Amino acid sequence: MNADRPMVRIDDLWLSRGVNAILKGVSLTVARGSVTALLGPSGAGKSTLLRCVNALETYDRGLIHVDDLLIGCEKRGDQYFRLGERVLSRQRAEIGMVFQSFNLFPHMTVLENIIGAPIRVRGQGRAEAIAHARDLLRKVGLSEKEHAFPKQLSGGQQQRIAIARSLAMRPKLMLFDEPTSALDPHLVGEVLHVIRDLAKGGMTMMIVTHEVQFAREVADRVAVMVDGQIAECGPAAAVLSNPQDARVRAFLSRTLRPDA
Amino acid sequence: MSAQSAGAVILPRRQPSRWIGLPLIGVIIAWMIYQVLTNHGFQWTVVWHYLFEPTILVGVGMTLALTVLVMAIGIICGGVLALVRFSPGPMLPLCARAYIWFFRGTPVLVQLVFWYNLASLFPQISFGIPFGGPKLFAISATAAISSFTAALLGLGLNEAAYMAEIVRAGLLSVDRGQSEASKALGYRPAQTFRVVILPQAMRAIVPPTGNQIIGMLKYTSLASVVGLGELMQSVENIYASNFQTIPLLIVAALWYLLLVGLLSIAQSFIERYYAFGTTAGEGAR
Repeated sequence: MNADRPMVRIDDLWLSRGVNAILKGVSLTVARGSVTALLGPSGAGKSTLLRCVNALETYDRGLIHVDDLLIGCEKRGDQYFRLGERVLSRQRAEIGMVFQSFNLFPHMTVLENIIGAPIRVRGQGRAEAIAHARDLLRKVGLSEKEHAFPKQLSGGQQQRIAIARSLAMRPKLMLFDEPTSALDPHLVGEVLHVIRDLAKGGMTMMIVTHEVQFAREVADRVAVMVDGQIAECGPAAAVLSNPQDARVRAFLSRTLRPDA
Repeated sequence: MSAQSAGAVILPRRQPSRWIGLPLIGVIIAWMIYQVLTNHGFQWTVVWHYLFEPTILVGVGMTLALTVLVMAIGIICGGVLALVRFSPGPMLPLCARAYIWFFRGTPVLVQLVFWYNLASLFPQISFGIPFGGPKLFAISATAAISSFTAALLGLGLNEAAYMAEIVRAGLLSVDRGQSEASKALGYRPAQTFRVVILPQAMRAIVPPTGNQIIGMLKYTSLASVVGLGELMQSVENIYASNFQTIPLLIVAALWYLLLVGLLSIAQSFIERYYAFGTTAGEGAR
């Protein structure tokens, strides 16, 4: 693998639902081992863009490559066609995703949640999957919860389990869709702590977030989306401290001083 | 903690109204027991005599077999119909909706008699090229459609329409995020359905399905109109000749009550199995 090829390459992505254009020509690259934070007002298309990267959304135009693999469609002749769900599931197995609402499987224990995909999708042995799961549970600080059901855990604990569940597939890329937005304020810290550890470990990540302070601290690059387009993209410090785009300035001043 | 507490002890609320009804209910129950024991119309000796009569037991067996087979057809075809309703494309879901509309829209009694008289519409049932092409296989409809097959088709195909809606409601009750999380982990579509969606949908599917099975146990008595020897038919045959109507209806009722009781117990065990990670299984009775 060539280290200077980007992990994610999004070229001119367009997506509309009915008459609403949601993404209007988005291009973005994410370097290997880097963290990109997607900021912007709600409805700007951040989550939709993230969901396109693992083909949970069907887009109309544009190409997405993850690790040089074309995602969501294939080229036949000089035309591109949407892939079938079975092939998509193979592509998604390489990409981890963490949702705002955790989406743990409520009928499985914590351990079953984590080992399910490695065993059923990767064909890993049960003992090996359990050993890896226990390792991950230790990393997210929830070793003692392996036999609990999701409903018996707090929101912050559930989200840490959801992260562990994604990591169990050893993904090359992690997508976080507002991972702390559904949490009580005092539980946000424990989840951000886990994500911060992942960043230190060199995981490539795209994070949709409202935590500007967290983005400044963890992200290498920040992309601010406004109205279906990337208004500004660059090194985190530069974009957040000295935004060039007027819309980005307006968004940041609203977010950083909500009472203003 | 409570022994050391300085606070007041809270007693359960007094509800005298609960006790007022008690004598009334006691009187009603006493009257019912008195009637059952002393009213000669019940003819308990006749009831006892016929309760384990071989023809009655054959009828019980037929009722049970018909219920099991009809519900198997209903659950399998209903499940398929529900999946078809979720399939992409306009044509297949529309066909499923048309099926459900048709079979829910006509009385099951009409359907039963229709299947039984299929021979008058199609004298021969054949398998081959349609519109007058060669036939690979043919059988006379009167031979193919016995009262048993008519009951099986009439009740089973009708039940499928109701089960389809129950399964659909169950699948809809599972949060969309569940299938998204499953897809995002790389589960294939069939795995997503089997491992993630269906076990959760079962919580919403089991109670109404239990309802349907219990209902079907008694609906099989409709098959007596096409002359099938199920429980009701065997009871009718006996009281038609000896005129002991009430005692024989009691025989039928006792058997239905026993079978429904056993089914209810089985249902509560199945519900407990699917009450994962919650206390709902222990709380709800």
